[in-house]
Amino acid sequence: MKKSDNQSYDEFVKGIWRDNPVFVQVLGMCPMLAVTNSAINAIAMGTATFFVLVGSSILVSSFRSWIPKQVRISCFIIIIATFVTVADYTLLALVPKVHKELGAFIPLIVANCMILGRQEAFSSRYPVRLAVMDAMGMAGGFLLALFSLGAIREILGDGALFGVNLFGANFEPWVIMILPPGGFLTLGVILLFFNWFKVKKDEFLEQVAEAERGGS
Amino acid sequence: MTAGAHKETAGPSSLRLVLTLAIAGLISGIAIIAIYESTLPTITANKARELREAVFKVLPGVSQMQLLVYRDGKLVAVEERRKDEQVIYGGYDRQGAFAGYAIPGAGPGFQDTIALLYGYKPERNLVVGMEVLESRETPGLGDKIYKDADFVASFSALPIEPKIVVVKKGRKSQPNEIDAITGATISSKAVVRIINETHLEWSERLPPPSSEPPLKRTASAETGEVP
Repeated sequence: MKKSDNQSYDEFVKGIWRDNPVFVQVLGMCPMLAVTNSAINAIAMGTATFFVLVGSSILVSSFRSWIPKQVRISCFIIIIATFVTVADYTLLALVPKVHKELGAFIPLIVANCMILGRQEAFSSRYPVRLAVMDAMGMAGGFLLALFSLGAIREILGDGALFGVNLFGANFEPWVIMILPPGGFLTLGVILLFFNWFKVKKDEFLEQVAEAERGGS
Repeated sequence: MTAGAHKETAGPSSLRLVLTLAIAGLISGIAIIAIYESTLPTITANKARELREAVFKVLPGVSQMQLLVYRDGKLVAVEERRKDEQVIYGGYDRQGAFAGYAIPGAGPGFQDTIALLYGYKPERNLVVGMEVLESRETPGLGDKIYKDADFVASFSALPIEPKIVVVKKGRKSQPNEIDAITGATISSKAVVRIINETHLEWSERLPPPSSEPPLKRTASAETGEVP
């Protein structure tokens, strides 16, 4: 593999897993907790965020040498807000039911610090190709995180996934999982798992290194 | 690898800063107008269809509708509502005979305003259907006011005089009583209160039975397009 391929692949993967915006960086918590009460809402929110992040990253990266650094934040916000408005009206026209459920959280994508953070930390410094990979990775990771939270909460709280009943009529739904506390509980458990996994992985790598040292 | 994008030495002139922002704002404005204009027809059509479906749902057997407003002491059919004017919908069957009113109402629920539409047949003084148009009630509990089929069905032939009364589940003994939803008493009471209040407000404005405004033969009545 060429070095440049390797780098863009790396930029993509880091957002999905290693630096996952939700589980590792703990960014974008407001939409994360608010709209993940069902899998379909989570996917709609994640897709809208994906569109906004990738779109703004392309623009910011293409115009990065034109934007004076004194006004860069305002320019980023203008670009992001435009994409959010486009996403808002598109959802309203195509899937009015989902738009109604998401309500105020679509316009609030503007305030998702993950998006502005990627523009400031990455897109404004790197060429378009890498910026796109980075944005797709981060947004993909965000979408994945939203979906896993939404699916867990819908399965436990409603006994269904995408509105399809899974357990039959005798299942007593854990209503709390759909309510706001359920969001915090689920997120807490997932974060616990991610950190436990990281600690275990580090321990394992250490053991491997030690064994190699002992062997040589 | 650091950013080489910004010139660190001589800062750009204020004119350049202002111009950059102005151009960015201009392009953004054009983009927003373009998306607004291109989605507006679909959004309006969606809303009209939703409303039409809701009216037909709360008034079973109805296939045509028209807007009715209360002007100068009587109920008249109109093409378009004026601003700040309360409007109800008259439902008519295939032959154009009056079938019932669909009356929108709104009021506070458990979390936020609940907006609903109910079907009312004046000659029998019955509520014949209820559809929640907007609500932000608690998922899993309060949202049963539109997800619980039994609760929604209890509005399908409900005498509204003297008023609808909510009772604890299983205690229904009078025809004008309905069972509250377990775990969503406040939301169920809110729905009934909205219907009672809206009915009180409209009952004296509605003309006596069999003198309802006749169906106007217009394009909008045929297609049911509602502005």
